[in-house]
Amino acid sequence: MSKPKFAMYWAASCGGCEIAVLNIHEKILEVDAAFEVVFWPVAMDAKYKDVEAMQDGEITLCLFNGGMRNDENEHIAKLLRRKSKIMVAFGSCACEGCIPGLANFSSITDLVDTAFTTITTDNPDNIRPVTSYAMPEGTIIIPTLNPMLKTLDQVVDVDYYMPGCPPESHQIAAVVDLVIAALNGKAELPPKGATIGAGNSTVCDECPRKRNVKTIKEFRRIQFTTTDPELCLLEQGIPCNGVATRSGCNARCPSAGAQCIGCYGPAEGVVDYAARLISAFASVIDSDNPEEIDKILDGLVDPAGQFYRFNLAGSLLRASKSAQKG
Amino acid sequence: MQRITIDPITRLEGHGKIEIFLNEEGNVANTYFQIPELRGFERFCVGRPVEEMPLLTNRICGVCPEAHHMAAAKAVDAVYHVEVPPTGKKLRELLYSAFYATDHTTHFYALGGPDFIMGPDAPVAERNILGVIHKVGLEIGGKVIQMRKYGHTVVEIIGGRKVHPCTSIPGGLTKGITEEQRIEIEKMGRWAIEFAQFSLKAFNDIVLSNKQYLDLIVGDIYTHHTYYMGLVDANNKVNFYDGKVRVVAPDGKEYVTYEPKDYAANIAEHVEPWTYLKFPYLKNVGWKGFVDGPDSGVYMATPLSRLNASDGMATPLAQAEYEKFYATLGGKPVHQRLAIHWARLIELLYAAERWVELATDPEITSPNYRAIPTATPTEGVGIVEAPRGTLTHHYWTDDRGMVRKVNLIVGTTNNHAAICMSLKKAAQGLIKKGVTVTEGTLNMIEMAFRAYDPCFSCATHSLPGQMKMIVNFRDVDGNVVSTIKRD
Repeated sequence: MSKPKFAMYWAASCGGCEIAVLNIHEKILEVDAAFEVVFWPVAMDAKYKDVEAMQDGEITLCLFNGGMRNDENEHIAKLLRRKSKIMVAFGSCACEGCIPGLANFSSITDLVDTAFTTITTDNPDNIRPVTSYAMPEGTIIIPTLNPMLKTLDQVVDVDYYMPGCPPESHQIAAVVDLVIAALNGKAELPPKGATIGAGNSTVCDECPRKRNVKTIKEFRRIQFTTTDPELCLLEQGIPCNGVATRSGCNARCPSAGAQCIGCYGPAEGVVDYAARLISAFASVIDSDNPEEIDKILDGLVDPAGQFYRFNLAGSLLRASKSAQKG
Repeated sequence: MQRITIDPITRLEGHGKIEIFLNEEGNVANTYFQIPELRGFERFCVGRPVEEMPLLTNRICGVCPEAHHMAAAKAVDAVYHVEVPPTGKKLRELLYSAFYATDHTTHFYALGGPDFIMGPDAPVAERNILGVIHKVGLEIGGKVIQMRKYGHTVVEIIGGRKVHPCTSIPGGLTKGITEEQRIEIEKMGRWAIEFAQFSLKAFNDIVLSNKQYLDLIVGDIYTHHTYYMGLVDANNKVNFYDGKVRVVAPDGKEYVTYEPKDYAANIAEHVEPWTYLKFPYLKNVGWKGFVDGPDSGVYMATPLSRLNASDGMATPLAQAEYEKFYATLGGKPVHQRLAIHWARLIELLYAAERWVELATDPEITSPNYRAIPTATPTEGVGIVEAPRGTLTHHYWTDDRGMVRKVNLIVGTTNNHAAICMSLKKAAQGLIKKGVTVTEGTLNMIEMAFRAYDPCFSCATHSLPGQMKMIVNFRDVDGNVVSTIKRD
């Protein structure tokens, strides 16, 4: 009997999800033993035409990472959706837009003009790339950019969500075990639409730092603060996002003295990440005086970035008005 | 005109497409290498607190986030005019050395190496890391896995995470290391030196001892005569984390050495309308198109460039390999692009030796790993050598340290023009009238870019679109006969 087929693809992404998969180390050999790897551009040489030649549903498991930045990303997402039985939105970009989703605060014109007017750009004719260009030998084409970066499930139907920037390797290993067990009839896959490879509480619940339910008189920036290594960072005034962020990473950043920046996305049951985080921050502020509260909140120097750092494209807001206009 | 498209190009980081046009005789008329994607970091980092730049710019590239983390860290130090204490610098360089050893291992065994270990025209299903492990056996495959594991363990101990480290802040790091961690890091580093030596021997046995491969390396189709760039220390030895940028001319003589803050006086970026990626060149030589030679500002920034641009390696075992490299290939500089693979393994050995040097430095466990900034933030440049080339981050902030402007020239982008030239030359050398073009032929064209280990995730950080456009109509000789502009 032929082995079930495995694919992994990157749309608008950084490649960190690929590295996280390679970082399951010896376990990659189990993936090799259990699956036939049929498409994985970082690692092997199958091309788009090879995927197009496959039967619908021929790929058993597709790990799809990266956001939908252009029409080629969407085309491949639709192609792989058609060819795959199980489509996983793998990593923060595919799930919720990630850092590249911050582009949704700007219009395309703004993004383009910034890139093509940097101090080192030599562009006297003010050239911008064009999607279709007539060369003497024939027309060559590059994809058209979307006005807004979209998440994978804004383009195709998604079976499972695996959050993280990137997903932690121990979580990937656990998901690999689960899928292999399910294929052998020894386990059941979770219901469609589930979040896999993550916890169902918050980063705070995994964080080794002590919480004393203290309140704060100011927000502080990490480069100016000598933090106590044992105590909760938020209670020391550092705007740590752990309280609204899904668990599953073992609280890696707070454990290393850095604030959680929210890469695992909204905690279980949280509809709007920003709203949850705002209410959590509000609850630690030690004041009843509106003027003083305003002053304390001024210490949060970049609210838009703080609350939407990873989740803008997948949030209720999705994008600024200028980006929505295109 | 007949057209051959390779899409997507594979075993690299990120996206790219190659279009090859054949004339009526079946020879290559032209080759275009296009980058289909961009993300917009230079715009959306504006307005963010500058201390987040080492975290945000990580996400330009998950393959070399350590490089962006370090270039960003050095840029934010410069923005705050803060001097990182020696322990802080050494911890960052230690993390960076372990990362380098890991990254070069990934390229040799998973990305570039399969072409040699399995053969350029081996079946697609085997010409990859899993094929390599099946061929060389689990014992050696296990070493490769172990090397990657050790490297990422060090990145995690110092950087807090395996991918996208989080500990560098303006003035240093959020944490130091304990003596127990130091002992573990040293032990892994000593193993890494042996692994690097093993890899150099494997390269010697598999590639250099195979006449067909050696001919391919020293032959003409993968050769260009360009300028070479690399970061050097005070003794003009290769350094990955710190120093000045040195450029040598095609004849190997020093052309310029500049401080990171002076990069914009030395580098400019040419624009072409048919790709989403700019083409950096040496500003004071000038852009002359996709051509070789001392009059063309095209340069290369790769492991081979760093060896060509330096006077040697700062560690003894790597220095011996450096000398052997130039003795075997006929002296400096070496222009053959496939020799980048060999240069990469010499750097792997240097990275492992440096890893042990730093892990045994008496200051490395000192608690004095950060300084609190006191000056008003303004503007700063940070440069490191990414595995794929010199990486420049430049930030401007307001007096609260909020980002106002960003300029990034990333590792792979440096090589964009050189890669285009290499692909065209390889295509012209391999596809000829009467020759049947096989999958293996096309893979040998891809080998021309693979030597550079390009990372188009890095390169596509900015985000041009199709808003304003210029269309040139050209005659058969490529002369522009009319131009349409849409503003």
